[in-house]
Amino acid sequence: MPLVKGGAEIANDCTFVPDGGALPDSGRFSVSFGRYLGLKQGRENGPLPDGIRLAPADDPAQLEPFLPEIALIEVDFPRYTDGRGFSQAQLLRRRYGYCGEIRAVGHVLRDQIFYMHRSGIDAYETRRAGLPEVLEALAEFTEAYQPAVSGPAAIFRKRDGA
Amino acid sequence: MYRYDQFDARIVRERVAQFRGQVARRLSGELPEDEFKPLRLQNGVYLQLHAYMLRIAIPYGQLSPVQLRCLAEIARDYDRGFGHFTTRQNIQFNWVALKDIPDVLEKLAEVEMHAIQTSGNCIRNTTTDHFAGAAQDEVLDPRAWCEIIRQWSTFHPEFAFLPRKFKIAVTAAEHDRAAIRVHDVGLHIRQKDGQVGFEVHVGGGQGRTPHIAALVNPFVPEAQILDYLEAIMRVYNRYGRRDNKYKARIKILVSELGEAEYIRQVEEEFAAQRPGEKIDLPASEVARIHAYFAPPDLAPQPVVSKTLEAAKAADPAFARWTRANLHPHKVAGFATVTVSLKPIGAAPGDATDTQMEIVADLAEKYGYGDIRVSHAQNLILPHVALDDLPAVYAALDAAGLGAANESRITDMIVCPGLDYCNLANARSIPVALAVQKVFADPAYEEDIGKLHINVSGCINACGHHHVGHIGILGVDKKGEEFYQILLGGRADEKAALGEIVGPGLKADAVPAAIHRVVEFYRAERTSPAEKFIDTLERLGHQRFQEALYAAG
Repeated sequence: MPLVKGGAEIANDCTFVPDGGALPDSGRFSVSFGRYLGLKQGRENGPLPDGIRLAPADDPAQLEPFLPEIALIEVDFPRYTDGRGFSQAQLLRRRYGYCGEIRAVGHVLRDQIFYMHRSGIDAYETRRAGLPEVLEALAEFTEAYQPAVSGPAAIFRKRDGA
Repeated sequence: MYRYDQFDARIVRERVAQFRGQVARRLSGELPEDEFKPLRLQNGVYLQLHAYMLRIAIPYGQLSPVQLRCLAEIARDYDRGFGHFTTRQNIQFNWVALKDIPDVLEKLAEVEMHAIQTSGNCIRNTTTDHFAGAAQDEVLDPRAWCEIIRQWSTFHPEFAFLPRKFKIAVTAAEHDRAAIRVHDVGLHIRQKDGQVGFEVHVGGGQGRTPHIAALVNPFVPEAQILDYLEAIMRVYNRYGRRDNKYKARIKILVSELGEAEYIRQVEEEFAAQRPGEKIDLPASEVARIHAYFAPPDLAPQPVVSKTLEAAKAADPAFARWTRANLHPHKVAGFATVTVSLKPIGAAPGDATDTQMEIVADLAEKYGYGDIRVSHAQNLILPHVALDDLPAVYAALDAAGLGAANESRITDMIVCPGLDYCNLANARSIPVALAVQKVFADPAYEEDIGKLHINVSGCINACGHHHVGHIGILGVDKKGEEFYQILLGGRADEKAALGEIVGPGLKADAVPAAIHRVVEFYRAERTSPAEKFIDTLERLGHQRFQEALYAAG
């Protein structure tokens, strides 16, 4: 599955370890938010992960205290019609000021990527869209009405400033 | 009316190009149907029984003559010569080929129209009072705020994959003609201490589990309304049910949480917004959009028009039409005209290409270039001088648009039903037409007075049967169509859900049953001034029910 970030296709060096799976001795990895809390609070012994994978029902507010030490948050879209990940990304960026990588994983398709980008997601592990498709999707709209995390500035500000 | 600037125009053009690409990928097989479906739906493209259907947005029901002529052209060139106006004040075409849809969208873009978010699990076309800007009882023209909401909700990056569709309606009049209490969000614009604000209702809806909306906030100042809507949307996007399509609307979230807890969650989310999250719409932008909706320059005329009075005296049919299809206007000497799309014997809400062009011409010549679509599936000319009414009527009547039945028993809201729709269990249009026939005598219909009959071909309730004074719901029982009758629904400021009164009837028994109910009303009303719904509320349902089922 292609991984696109910052205008380039990059190698995925982070492995997701499902709950109950053995934590690796080396290499970058991510775990569920619940497991992260267990590791952090000493209920499970082991290395701390590099990333946290958020399930759609997870509440970003509970993640807030840990954000400074988290390099990567994977927002999971189990079905691409499930839009909760867009709210999670917006909250992480705009309410809790998270600056690390937010990566969309799961059922990630070309035609969601513009919205993901605007919601604050900056890396896309897609089902099959490669670099050209992702770049095309990001360029499909040059204007946007509402303020958001990134992408075009809100039209009404441009109107006001113009 | 609102006109696109460079930004609006660019967004719509970019959307056309995007959809052209999506269709090409679908036709080449690169995009499988299950992944294409949400994309085409957000562009108003449904796969229906016979063909693709294209639903075109008519934001808050407003059209210019140029736009209506463009719709006529599409009807002629890409459909079978007619279009169907919908209860969301939109229009749909039932016979457009998928490969042609990008070209149709391109044509629409040229007249500042689109099909964005006319379907799918996103924020749909915002609807409003079809008399907006002309009605005497509004505190201000609600269309400017509808346009602001249209822009805010268009391609909103966070709310494009909601649990389910989302519909917003706005009114600024005490008498609610926009059915705000049966919408996901209903906004009533009010003025308090010189300030404009919104009374916010959430969680109304029809479908299989109808609800009247909860009053969530009595007054949100206008400067905060978009932020408040964001809070409503975010709570819904995060916590609305996604496990069951039929429990996914916001009404279920509100009812499962309970009103108090739901309100607490919205208020908590609203209070948590940080300054950087606020939409902070500049006052200049609000003023800019309001300016587009400045009223036309109407010079007040005498309240009594001699031309009109003479024409009424000369032609009883015209006189009857003026009694039924006119609504009082803000400016003396003017009236708001309803162009009925419910002639006896035709599919409710349909208009042919020629009819659309005639209405466009009339709007240009007599109506200050303003046309509206009502949620009752009629067209409106909001500003017509009383002196011009005879000419307007003559042209309408010659085009088969002269029915004198606005808000009368033959002015029914009817879904397309089993004849067109994938979801339907029963036919709607034939049963509606059979009922219409019973009341086809204009004098009889006028004597009955105001009475809304709404007909749906399945429990999804596209024909609004829950809020008809009389509702008719088609159901399928072991392969046979039956019709359940509901009594006592209403969609206005006293919104109420109709109650099913007893066992379903076969299609051929429906007209006589409705006739008995109406005759019972006529016998029991205190005077012809007492409306059907008022008599029903005074006497209760029981005796009407007996009339309904009385041996015929």
